[in-house]
Amino acid sequence: KYLSTFIKTLKYMRSPPTPEMATQEVPLNETLAHLKTESETLKSKLEEERAKLHDVELHQVAEKVEGLGQFVMKTRRTLKGHGNKVLCMDWCKDKRRIVSSSQDGKVIVWDAFTTNKEHAVTMPCTWVMACAYAPSGCAVACGGLDNKCSVYPLSLDKNENLAAKKKSVAMHTNYLSACSFTNSDMQILTSSGDGTCALWDVESGQLLQSFHGHAADVLCLDLAPSETGNTFVSGGCDKKANVWDMRSGQCIQSFETHESDINSVRYYPSGDAFASGSDDATCRLYDLRADREVAIYSKDSIIFGVSSVDFSLSGRLLFGGYNDYTINVWDVLKGTRVSILFGHENRVSTLRVSPDGTAFCTGSWDHTLRIWA
Amino acid sequence: MTIRNVLRDHGQRYRPRMACLKKAEKVVLEMQDPATGVKLQPQRLVITTIPHAITGEDIVAWLADRFQIDAQEARSFGSMLVALGYIYPIQDHKRLVVKPDASLYRFQTPYFWPTQQWPVEDTDYAIYLAKRNIRKKGILELHEQEQYNRLHKWMNHKWDFIVMQAKEQYRAAKERKKPDRVVFDCQERAYWVVHRPPPGTVSAMDYGLERLIDPNAHEAKTPDDYERIMIFTQQSIMRPRVKSSVSIGALVKYCATYKGHDPFLSKCLPSNPWLTDDVTYWALNMPNVEIPTKMRVERWTFSFGELLSDPRGRDDFRLFLKKEFSGENLAFWEGCEDLKWGTAATMKEKAEQIYKTFLARGAPRWINIDGKTMEITVKGLKHPHRYVLDAAQTHIYMLMKKDSYGRYLKSPVFKETMKKAVCPEEHKFSDSQLEQNARNRRPSLSPIIIRQQEQEQKAKMAASAPVDITQVMSKLSKQGKEAPPRRTSVKND
Repeated sequence: KYLSTFIKTLKYMRSPPTPEMATQEVPLNETLAHLKTESETLKSKLEEERAKLHDVELHQVAEKVEGLGQFVMKTRRTLKGHGNKVLCMDWCKDKRRIVSSSQDGKVIVWDAFTTNKEHAVTMPCTWVMACAYAPSGCAVACGGLDNKCSVYPLSLDKNENLAAKKKSVAMHTNYLSACSFTNSDMQILTSSGDGTCALWDVESGQLLQSFHGHAADVLCLDLAPSETGNTFVSGGCDKKANVWDMRSGQCIQSFETHESDINSVRYYPSGDAFASGSDDATCRLYDLRADREVAIYSKDSIIFGVSSVDFSLSGRLLFGGYNDYTINVWDVLKGTRVSILFGHENRVSTLRVSPDGTAFCTGSWDHTLRIWA
Repeated sequence: MTIRNVLRDHGQRYRPRMACLKKAEKVVLEMQDPATGVKLQPQRLVITTIPHAITGEDIVAWLADRFQIDAQEARSFGSMLVALGYIYPIQDHKRLVVKPDASLYRFQTPYFWPTQQWPVEDTDYAIYLAKRNIRKKGILELHEQEQYNRLHKWMNHKWDFIVMQAKEQYRAAKERKKPDRVVFDCQERAYWVVHRPPPGTVSAMDYGLERLIDPNAHEAKTPDDYERIMIFTQQSIMRPRVKSSVSIGALVKYCATYKGHDPFLSKCLPSNPWLTDDVTYWALNMPNVEIPTKMRVERWTFSFGELLSDPRGRDDFRLFLKKEFSGENLAFWEGCEDLKWGTAATMKEKAEQIYKTFLARGAPRWINIDGKTMEITVKGLKHPHRYVLDAAQTHIYMLMKKDSYGRYLKSPVFKETMKKAVCPEEHKFSDSQLEQNARNRRPSLSPIIIRQQEQEQKAKMAASAPVDITQVMSKLSKQGKEAPPRRTSVKND
């Protein structure tokens, strides 16, 4: 209905616009205002529909749940070796190896248990904001200001230059903010400052699917746990968290309740919910089946942004790395903070729980990584 | 879009992205409330007394009380306020932290707050350094001297203006009363410690890479944008959704189910390797270990997805299916997964292979799917793509989940596995044993070597007997990965 009004307005202006036609642009502005109000009315209707099925709050259901005891979480390993801010890290499926990337272009593979460095790559760019370990444990992917995501097969030969066998996979038109392998070494999902996410075939570098819908830089992504199908969630500077269908490239759900950039998104272990962390100093939990935000994790003594979040194995604990150098641990069900951890001397930029849930690793701008358990 | 290289930006641009600043301001204003704020006291300097100083311990106490947090957190919060420049230390002015003792601090004047509208300009910094140079030559620190020389070179064209401004400010300062002058000097010095920190120090003003979108910019939407938004909103309205009580209930139930398996909530048996430096836990839970632990087997009962995603569980299930002569379902499902996540180059061949093996009439491992699904699938296979077998895969998955899975859990195969499963005793290490464990940390086999071994095994078995590759896979996965392959008894059909 509105499209036809718009087309009519276009037909009204039969010749190229001239200054005298300024007065004839008035119908177009009115149409815009109309569209805006209509769009907002629809959004309210959506909220109404969502509210209809909202019969209970999370913390109400959580009242019947047993409280958590005291936690003693300490730094168990400190990994020193990066010469600059650590920006990203990922665990290997073997539960003890990790890959980390930093501002100076270095990507290091560690055996976190022994703290030995096993492999090192120097990227041709600085600010390597994304890195990921391949499911097989035999390759790593990384990228950043070079706008690309490259895959480096790892080698046992210490003298081999890993850069020689590097494969350039993803090509974006702006910085790479996050990357993740799917269920095999053959496909990579990326997100970029150019506002899009994309799925790539590693062997050929072919773009398999692109995902458009964010109105600003996309900062993070997370793949749904394998049993729950082919979706992933992304968060961006437009304050939206979008859930995408990998097959069609369509955005199937969108949540816009944060007040600032979303720096990190992570699925709940069952795949039916996800958490997000934002510059507005809150973490939030979104229930996918109820299609709404169900919890906000915040405290008035926490004013600095969250850079990274992850769940413990059961989903009961949410770990958040913050820009005020601390880590806050939240009780996901009751919404309370159970612990605050100190140790890093600069921003915590990345946080991941290990594949078997026995520990979590944090990377920081203080050049170190720490393993906590 | 071009990349704005902001690495060379020395704070010339106003920072729109520090969302914490507004919140910090609110707290600082509360702290300065004459009635409920932090206790003020005068600072004595030889003959002059400067009022309105606060001690570190009072800051910590006030914050701890206001936010109901402990002293360590209050101290951390206070230090962030100092790092941002809202409070500055009077003694030890270069260390931007709160010391929880009688060290003195003062509130920074709003003129010098980081949220002010104007950016922190190099011109101002140059004037400041020049002014200090005029007051007393040689007073600049090494890094300040270097900055001064650099600015002199870069701003040579306006150097006369800078020197003039510096002289004027110096002259105006002399006309102020001494206490005011001392305070202003402290404030100005503190401001520059925050915004031009010595190299190598941690700066709270460092916010990393600039993001492309400007949060303060207003983006005008076109009619097309609104159309798209409305279509999406309509679709969202029509999406089926579930009652909160149902979905939240499921989330709570999941936590309860897995609580005993979460290493942060329950003890790992025998012990968490990160805590005791003993890797038995990992050895017992290797992907393809012969005998699983009881906890691991218990997880297979939580959901069909858990069973399938654990390689050891999947093997057990495969063994059971073989006995029921319905192994082709699992093989088909695995083939579909391989198609979906595999490399694009071999996709078409894989799809064809799967069709020949499982779907074609008279296929050697024909799977039983309903007519409609078969029709869609065969039609799709004319132009195969990654997700062409989705419908069939879902059908088979649901069949296994609703039928085979339940029977598996009651089967002798599962019962046998459960009976043999180990339940290790909890480790009780003494302090000296723990120290020894820490000294004896060993590296583990690289995933690269493990994969090489697997590939060698596959090649060996493929070469030795012409069997169906799926049966080869099941033999392989029965063997452990750490030691050289042992001969296990493999039942023949």
